[in-house]
Amino acid sequence: MSTTSMTKETTPQTTDAVVTARGLTLRFGGLVCLNDVDLTLNRGEILAVIGPNGAGKTSLFNSLTGVYVPQEGRITLSADGGEQNLLGRKPHVVNRLGVARTFQNIRLFGALTALENVKIAAETRQKSGPVGIMLGMPWARRNERASDRRSHELLDFVGMADKLNELAASLSYGDQRRLEIARALATDPQVLLLDEPAAGTNPTEKLELAELIKHINRELGISVLLIEHDMRLVMSVADRVTVLNFGKVIASGTPAEVQHNPAVVEAYLGASDEEAVPGEEDK
Amino acid sequence: MSTITRPEADERDMVVMDLAKLRRVPWYRQPRWTRLFGMVLAAALLALATGPNASTDDIFFSVNESMTDGVRLPVCIALMVAFWAFFEFVPKAPVERAKATARANTVDMPAWQNTKKAFDKTPVKLGALAVVVVVLAVLPLFISTRWNQVLVGNVAVYVLLAIGLNVVVGWAGLLDLGFIAFFAIGAYSTAFWTGSLPTKPPVELNPFLAMPIAVVTCLIAGVLLGAPTLRLRGDYLAIVTLGFHEIVYLIANNANGFSGGSGGATNIPHPSVHLGFLDYEWELDPKPYWWLIMGMAAVVVFLFIRLEHSRVGRAWTAIREDEIAAAANGVNTVKYKLMAFAIGASTSGLAGGVYASKTGFISPESFKLMFSVLVLAYVIFGGMGSIWGVMVGTALLAWLPEYLKDWVDENDRITYLGALLVIMMIYRPQGLIPSRRRKRELTLAKEGIGDADAMTEPAGGRIA
Ligand SMILES: Nc1ncnc2c1ncn2[C@@H]1O[C@H](COP(=O)(O)OP(=O)(O)O)[C@@H](O)[C@H]1O
Ligand SMILES: [Mg+2]
Repeated sequence: MSTTSMTKETTPQTTDAVVTARGLTLRFGGLVCLNDVDLTLNRGEILAVIGPNGAGKTSLFNSLTGVYVPQEGRITLSADGGEQNLLGRKPHVVNRLGVARTFQNIRLFGALTALENVKIAAETRQKSGPVGIMLGMPWARRNERASDRRSHELLDFVGMADKLNELAASLSYGDQRRLEIARALATDPQVLLLDEPAAGTNPTEKLELAELIKHINRELGISVLLIEHDMRLVMSVADRVTVLNFGKVIASGTPAEVQHNPAVVEAYLGASDEEAVPGEEDK
Repeated sequence: MSTITRPEADERDMVVMDLAKLRRVPWYRQPRWTRLFGMVLAAALLALATGPNASTDDIFFSVNESMTDGVRLPVCIALMVAFWAFFEFVPKAPVERAKATARANTVDMPAWQNTKKAFDKTPVKLGALAVVVVVLAVLPLFISTRWNQVLVGNVAVYVLLAIGLNVVVGWAGLLDLGFIAFFAIGAYSTAFWTGSLPTKPPVELNPFLAMPIAVVTCLIAGVLLGAPTLRLRGDYLAIVTLGFHEIVYLIANNANGFSGGSGGATNIPHPSVHLGFLDYEWELDPKPYWWLIMGMAAVVVFLFIRLEHSRVGRAWTAIREDEIAAAANGVNTVKYKLMAFAIGASTSGLAGGVYASKTGFISPESFKLMFSVLVLAYVIFGGMGSIWGVMVGTALLAWLPEYLKDWVDENDRITYLGALLVIMMIYRPQGLIPSRRRKRELTLAKEGIGDADAMTEPAGGRIA
């Protein structure tokens, strides 16, 4: 594959923000994990967050999704005409409001099948309660069928239609990553947060993943926030890039701008030698 | 400096060797030998159980006698070691082993996926179920009154309890050590509404009307206890439920004006139906109670199976496996835990109501902590999360001490139960009839993925 074939062709985006974080500061004891971080995700765009290991990228995701509660700052989600505060909300509430995520270290329900994994997420907004289910009420049955259909669609969408009944734990790494994405999509998000979705996947899978992320963005109209180390992947899908280092935003801009920013090069060279200079890294 | 005196490749070899050494499990930690160790312990337990009993004057008499008479302990150990050796060293036929592996790795297709298979299997399953139901229905007609009493008082009531606890422990993965507290609340509510407690109700009701009230009371009690405590992590929840049980027990024992104190409540009426065309009263004969409780259990099982295979059951599994991932995908974890807790509590309340109305007499002694532990042991023995396993396991374990009464000293019965549980946990930790999901979780845990021990938080806690 050539690098040019992977570069981004179009930039469909409007400029209204869907997620805005302002002045996020997160401390663990004396360790300042996020330091006055500003982040804006525009509606319909793909924004990549890069930075060396330990820069605070995952912590930022955790803060956005309610797993961590930063001591200072504001996070707002503008969705369906209203502004919603996300800071301090419970993770499942954040998800209901329209922010879904995947995990850096895959967290599937290993003993359940691929289909069941997606169904669990697809069902979280349904209203049928235990009594209706126990009595076999028509609406409960309808819900069950609806989530079944939706999960089939989504597994089809991520290209796993043939692996419905395989246990999540027995899937290949690439499939597990895709299943996690399908599960996140099943909650009907407006914003999807992907934490290193390409880690541990092979080059072919990476290409497919890039396509998948673009599809999610274009066809489903979901804004994507992406943590990724693979610069080629970032270059090919991201509209904008934000660079974190030691919990601070050190640069922000188009992929090309960021790649040649001296501070960014410095951050990567100054980091441990496992980290490559962006663009030269090839996993 | 070592890097200078030794070539680089050599050093790498050393590292590899060290790593290998680290990875190698010492012999005494290998499962085979830990199993042997467990079996020897079980042998000691067995020697104790079969030996003479102690008196209160000399509590070590029993230990002394049974361990040092030169025969008992060696025989027990020899027996257990032989048992162990049989399972460790008699090789399984390769076909058997292959089958076992294949079984562990496949998942039954849902009916719509594999119609042929479903058509083949369903009638067989239904037929087997029908046979079991008929056998259970006619069973009391063929056994003595004493065994009928055991069947109702020990087996049936505890089966109902275990079905309820299975929801909490097996499905939602919450360790509840105070389950009998809800049994007590159910029993006392029934006693109250039938006018058998010192405090009189506004209207005295037939037990059949009192039972639903008892169920609702337990549901509310479950929610009241659960709402503040279900945010706690596994072990803390266990302690809180333990405390809750103690509180309920102490109130029952000491609130003389309300609960009748240690004397309990007497003359709780038997249930009866008066519907014009249908006029029936349950009395002292245990048989009709068996049919009544089995009927209730059948309804509860039917409803719970629906629940297990619904969004609720799946949400419970998700919470059990990875609470963080469940929450991140929109599952309101506290709500579902509370739901499991309340459903379990109300089942326990139903059992309490039937129990009170059947025996006609309750006292705090019927609700000791020991029973909470026993029901939990039944559930684990039968196979957490598997409704059939839990029922069979409970029936077996509730029946066994009664059966042993004919053969061994009364005081030793629970020791045998303990030995049996030890052996069971060594050879079949997943339980008698394990649930498919639970079994997979155990397999995954062996390989180092997932979190089979539902009583702990997923590895990593809140750190995602
Ligand atoms: N729960 C926590 N407790 C203490 N320190 C944490 C916690 N979560 C993250 N950190 C620290 O915050 C820093 C950023 O980690 P992380 O967000 O995982 O970085 P990245 O995802 O960019 O590699 C690290 O130094 C990490 O040790
Ligand atoms: Mg990270």
